[in-house]
Amino acid sequence: MSLTIGIPRETYAGEKRVATVPDVVEKLRKLGFAVAVESGAGDAANFADATYEAAGATVVGSAAELWAASDIVFKVRAPSLDEVAGMKAGTTLISFVWPAQNPELMAALAAKQATVLAIDCLPRTLSRAQKMDALTSQAGVAGYRAVIEAANAFGRFFNGQITAAGKVPPAKVFIAGAGVAGLAAIGTAAGLGAIVRANDTRAEVADQVVSLGGEFVKVDYEEEGSGGGGYAKVMSEGFQQAQRAMYAQQAKDVDIIITTALIPGKPAPKLITAEMVQSMRPGSVIVDMAAEQGGNCELTVPHEVVVRHGVTIIGYADLPSRLAKQSSTLYATNLLRLTEELCKTKDGSINVNFDDDAIRGLTVIKEGSVTWPAPPLKAPPPPAAKPAMPPPAPKGHGHGAGAPMAGSTLAIVFGLGSALFWLVGAYAPAAFLSHFTVFVLACFVGYMVVWNVTPALHTPLMSVTNAISSIIAIGALVQIAPPLGEAVRPENWIRGLAFVGIVLTAINMFGGFAVTRRMLAMFRK
Amino acid sequence: MSSSLATVSYIGATILFILSLGGLSNPETSRRGNVYGMVGMALAVLATVFGPRVTLAGIPWIIAAMVVGGSIGLYAARKVQMTQMPELVALMHSLVGLAACLVGFASYIDTSVVLSGAEKTIHEVEIYIGILIGAVTFSGSIVAFGKLSGKIGGKPLLLPGRHWLNLLGLLIVIGFGREFINAHGVAAGMLPLAVMTVVALLFGIHMVMAIGGADMPVVVSMLNSYSGWAAAATGFMLSNDLLIVTGALVGSSGAILSYIMCRAMNRNFVSVIAGGFGTGGGAAAKKADGEPAGEVTAISAQETAELLKDAKNVIIVPGYGMAVAQAQHTVFEITKHLREKGVNVRFGIHPVAGRMPGHMNVLLAEAKVPYDIVMEMDEINGDFPEADVSMVIGANDIVNPAAQEDPTSPIAGMPVLEVWKAKTSIVMKRSMASGYAGVDNPLFYKDNNRMLFGDAKKMLDEVLGALKG
Repeated sequence: MSLTIGIPRETYAGEKRVATVPDVVEKLRKLGFAVAVESGAGDAANFADATYEAAGATVVGSAAELWAASDIVFKVRAPSLDEVAGMKAGTTLISFVWPAQNPELMAALAAKQATVLAIDCLPRTLSRAQKMDALTSQAGVAGYRAVIEAANAFGRFFNGQITAAGKVPPAKVFIAGAGVAGLAAIGTAAGLGAIVRANDTRAEVADQVVSLGGEFVKVDYEEEGSGGGGYAKVMSEGFQQAQRAMYAQQAKDVDIIITTALIPGKPAPKLITAEMVQSMRPGSVIVDMAAEQGGNCELTVPHEVVVRHGVTIIGYADLPSRLAKQSSTLYATNLLRLTEELCKTKDGSINVNFDDDAIRGLTVIKEGSVTWPAPPLKAPPPPAAKPAMPPPAPKGHGHGAGAPMAGSTLAIVFGLGSALFWLVGAYAPAAFLSHFTVFVLACFVGYMVVWNVTPALHTPLMSVTNAISSIIAIGALVQIAPPLGEAVRPENWIRGLAFVGIVLTAINMFGGFAVTRRMLAMFRK
Repeated sequence: MSSSLATVSYIGATILFILSLGGLSNPETSRRGNVYGMVGMALAVLATVFGPRVTLAGIPWIIAAMVVGGSIGLYAARKVQMTQMPELVALMHSLVGLAACLVGFASYIDTSVVLSGAEKTIHEVEIYIGILIGAVTFSGSIVAFGKLSGKIGGKPLLLPGRHWLNLLGLLIVIGFGREFINAHGVAAGMLPLAVMTVVALLFGIHMVMAIGGADMPVVVSMLNSYSGWAAAATGFMLSNDLLIVTGALVGSSGAILSYIMCRAMNRNFVSVIAGGFGTGGGAAAKKADGEPAGEVTAISAQETAELLKDAKNVIIVPGYGMAVAQAQHTVFEITKHLREKGVNVRFGIHPVAGRMPGHMNVLLAEAKVPYDIVMEMDEINGDFPEADVSMVIGANDIVNPAAQEDPTSPIAGMPVLEVWKAKTSIVMKRSMASGYAGVDNPLFYKDNNRMLFGDAKKMLDEVLGALKG
């Protein structure tokens, strides 16, 4: 039985995105689904009805018809209560839902016996889930658009130029918060030729900032700001003071500030005060990407562009929608990947499998019962499906001895060892024992020393140990000359054997050390 | 030189050997480590030559032998190409094995040492075992050398009932060992000793013949270990503590290396040491049911260059194919060019890439790639998702996602470099043939993978040309 996926037109005011695009329609059909699209759903994102039809979708005249005909509904924004009212009982809905902010909506959906997968609830730490991460894809679009908005409002070039008409200094852009949106903004601004600086409370993103062409500005205070799941957390008072000082200093220096700082479940931190705005040069621009959560700047007016103290403050909350074609395409692909996970059989049916961590996290309502919030993930990586893998070797030099052995194994090893030693002790003569002592201890020394050898030097290690093993020459050396005593021995034979022995080991000895030397000389920084 | 002085020199040599191995813990101190080794060896040899057990009559012989051997060794060390390192090391192991055999025989026919009772028995057992290990090391290393240099095919030779053959060999060795110990006089003992030597030689050949080319890193390090044990056995035979200590150092070092290699391939250490991969060999032949199907996307050298030019983060994963094609210098040229452009280029090295432990590191070092951008698998695996391009040069099994994704795959559970997590992966390969493990590689069919077919050196030269053009 093949299910119908319905794509309604987004009803939220100003929303231009659409939940799927014609290219993806084809792929959904290959998975066995029928696709119905509400007439005009893609218009705002430049996808005409005809292109959907060409891709194999049915175009449906009205929203009511569409909701009634669909088994699965893909949306971008959470549905309105009116939309839910028109929903068929038992429908599966995939869209942004924000269950924490929308309790009424959750209740209405549950009452419809719906199954709801909230794309915003995806466990983002699962690397397998990255392909479905719509928050990331949309944030990337938003970051890009934020720079474009800033460039639009900014009266100068971004890149520095020396022209016949005079010298143009490059624009200086400061980006607060180096999450996905921040990083996209850094990359875009750097691409336009601006000097880009960025800051984030999580020190580990510094490398990412640099890798995109930005400069990481440190706050002069020691504190680690990573909260759970790759988000930032609220910082201490001392840190915030140092941070404010840094922001104040940056505000005086830069032309454009783009703020992206969000803390999950809390209002956005106020990073840019009115005084800082005042200290900026006239004509500067602030893009506040946290406007919807109250804004990072005190003077932000959500959804609007205002000019305060000569500084343009952009508070748009719909940046992805302002780049509707791109964000729709990315979102559609995210949903396609999710559909692939739901429909592993490729027969147009879906299976909401709770054993799958990613799907469990996404599902906020299953067949009418609220399953949100999902239980926390079992210990983060290792990624699934590596049952036989030995524990990864500890970092640092060599491979270390790894995890301690299990108690039972240890007991067996010790048991066997003591039995062996007892046998040796019981039967071997004293002269042998002293050699045996030396032998066992040397094995342990070798064991300890060699674990420290870095893997890069394994080849030199082998050639040097090989050279050292030509110590066997000593055996041949002591044999080559007749002993002082009277004892008779087959002199020529022994001398011949010993001579060849010395030649062989000498090849090894000189060759081994020389080649090791040659190799080691090549290792350079 | 008195006997005590010689002993003290031996202790000094022992310490120097330990320091030598310790020095290899990082590239900075490794050169000094090698010098320690040389000094230790010189000290040991001189102390022996001028010690109480070598009489004046022997010295001309010793000098002659040293000069002959030393010049051959130095010549070989200068001539050898870095890509031939594995062969050279294998060949050198065989020399140690052969020398151990010779010393064992010489020691046996030397009637000037008179022992009796338990001491005689132990001495004879030591000779027997010393020759046994020496012979296995010798013939095994020769075969390994043949395989590594391509003189013998890389495919494993699996005789029917080979485990029974090995067991039979072991029984013969034990049986003749009894006879040897009970024999009266040198002449009577010679026959069992000779038979055992032949059996040991055959065993060495058989053991290494049964191992496929991709498992060579284990074999080479295992033979390294055997050559150490041979030296230790010789030490017991001659009651020489220096030999025992040094042999034990080398032996345990080789054993640890083999263990690390086995772990990197998710193989059982015991089954390797016993020779012939019991389960691994059989499973490699049968294909997994869910064979990956789909289309591979080819790419040209020009397009590869474009991708590299636009990337910020590149990870290069070299394999044996790079060594075969001698492409390391071109790889470095490309690396240098990209780094000058501000691209972050790093190398990811799988522990068993190439034909001996650390093979890739040596090749890259030869090409002057700075060692601080050459990473181990564990260090770099987490960085693939951030890489724009991962370039696989002549490697296959070590980048096979089936090891993680397909529990029925013969290489399931083997740690691999996760190149497919990069935005784009480029695999350079001569053809679509599968790797040594005989497993198809689903990586080639992934959406974000591109295949660059052709000889690695030739294609990389073209890429470099396109980058510069």
